Amino acid sequence: MLEEQAPPAGEPLPGGIVAPRNWILYLDKISVSFDGFLALNNLNLYIERGELRCVIGPNGAGKTTMMDVITGKTRPDEGEAFFAGTIDLLAHDEPEIASWIGRKFQKPTVFVNHTVLENLELAGLRDKRVWPSLVKRTTPEERDRIDATLRTIGLTADATRPAGALSHGQKQWLEIGMLLQQNPQVLLVDEPVAGMTKQEVETTAELLTGLAGEHSVVVVEHDMEFVRSIARQVTVLHQGHVLAEGSMDAIQNDARVIEVYLGE
Amino acid sequence: MLTKRLLEHERGGYILLAVLAALAIVVPIANLVIPEGSPLHMSTFMVQLLGKYLCYALLAISLDLVWGYAGILSLGHGAFFALGGYAMGMYLMRQIGARGVYGNPELPDFMVFLNWDALPWYWYGFDNFWFAMLMVVLVPGLLAFVFGWLAFRSRVTGVYLSIITQALTYALMLAFFRNEMGFGGNNGLTDFKDMLGYNLQSDATRIVLFLCSVAALAFGYLACRYVVTSKLGRVVAAIRDAESRVRFTGFRAETYKLWVFTFSAVLAGIAGALYVPQVGIINPTEFQPLNSIELVVWVALGGRGTLYGAALGAALVNYAKSVLTAALPEVWLFVLGALFVLVTIALPKGCVGLVERVRRLRHA
Repeated sequence: MLEEQAPPAGEPLPGGIVAPRNWILYLDKISVSFDGFLALNNLNLYIERGELRCVIGPNGAGKTTMMDVITGKTRPDEGEAFFAGTIDLLAHDEPEIASWIGRKFQKPTVFVNHTVLENLELAGLRDKRVWPSLVKRTTPEERDRIDATLRTIGLTADATRPAGALSHGQKQWLEIGMLLQQNPQVLLVDEPVAGMTKQEVETTAELLTGLAGEHSVVVVEHDMEFVRSIARQVTVLHQGHVLAEGSMDAIQNDARVIEVYLGE
Repeated sequence: MLTKRLLEHERGGYILLAVLAALAIVVPIANLVIPEGSPLHMSTFMVQLLGKYLCYALLAISLDLVWGYAGILSLGHGAFFALGGYAMGMYLMRQIGARGVYGNPELPDFMVFLNWDALPWYWYGFDNFWFAMLMVVLVPGLLAFVFGWLAFRSRVTGVYLSIITQALTYALMLAFFRNEMGFGGNNGLTDFKDMLGYNLQSDATRIVLFLCSVAALAFGYLACRYVVTSKLGRVVAAIRDAESRVRFTGFRAETYKLWVFTFSAVLAGIAGALYVPQVGIINPTEFQPLNSIELVVWVALGGRGTLYGAALGAALVNYAKSVLTAALPEVWLFVLGALFVLVTIALPKGCVGLVERVRRLRHA
């Protein structure tokens, strides 16, 4: 199978970037074009286990397309994508990848006609096949896990409200809660603090930093202040490829980055 | 436990089941026990008419399951109803035996008329009641499965899906109109004599068929409630609201849609099979696209996404149709069109939504 093609950890890779010894997500030379427009151009990205990574970049830099490739929505024209050593992401579709990699959308996408509890219950369902979903009832263990998630995202009091009635910020948290219920190893979080109040932003920052370690978290964000408050490692995307990677300080002093992004 | 789950907070569902129970008791008494001269007597014509409405109500519930809950607007559900009806019709045809106009013990009249000398292979087995009943379920179910497998796997959704369901029923109509298909051409199947040895014209047989329709509707309603109150039901409603989110949460949306669509088609087939012996005929006009669109109007008018609302809508619209086509036949299609416009603009949740709004106003 394709397993042998997965790169050995710790060895230098084409492109000059060294894959971390302990990588969980690996994108190599990914290119995607839409009608001649190169949305991703030779993109390399390596995420370590337990890492919290921020991905920034101006509009059209390819952030969303990158997430589409990782989660199986878009097939790249070229390149490789591996998960946890041996799993070729390009050979799987969305529902399969969802058990390893969870995704929060830019616009909060929750099931508005379902209650908060039902949203979490669906996301947390262990067996997602048709027949078990028809006959199986929620077990006490599942119920406990839902309660724990409700506490983590601070929505215990809203458990029986329809998700559509939540505030914008609460919807964002509910979606993060659904990711937790899904219990993937990697969380892809697209603009988690868009439209949030300052207080909500702080709570979200705590939530995400708390999740790193046990999970690998990739945050795509525009809000530089927020990125500064949580980031350990930052990747700057520009025109579909990685412009710079490093600590926030290093990034902020990178001349190329200043030119295309921060200096505006 | 189960009844609690199925009917909790479902006032409309209770009312539907209560009405069905009342019908099951009152109609046989009014028809068979109370003598004909009495004002309380119910004519056999009325029994047959009510039985027809019940079949329509079951058909409407089957559409509501896919449209109201799974968000699949099928404009070809009449096809599954008609196929169930044809399977039943074929059994009834074979029961006629030598009593046909041409007296051929093997071949139905229309085949003799076409100078056929043997029964086509796909008519084999239909002299057996249980085989025919199996086909009532299997034929619409299989068609829905194959159609759904192709459509949902290719991620055909929304208006495109509606259009191809419409094309499906239209194509079947054209096929069944052809004499060479061996289903009686434009005359369809009719002149039925008896079923399991009981005369279809007798009042007692008609009452039994009526009671079967009551039972089928009650069963259909409860089965659909079981589906929509399960986790599967919640997944399906989530697909309706945000299909790609469901995929990224790890569910195979297309497989869920496929099974719900297939189950719905089976219910529609059962409704068709009960309809045919009560009205005494099945012909290709049952496949016409207009029927499927009317069906959508019933569900929209009653209130989609409630199941009992669909049953209510089917009864209301068909009662109006019975009255109007008798009094002012040329007006009916205009009324139907106006109803659809009215419901879309003024009653997005149908009659059920209207009742709820009035109740809330009174409480406020």
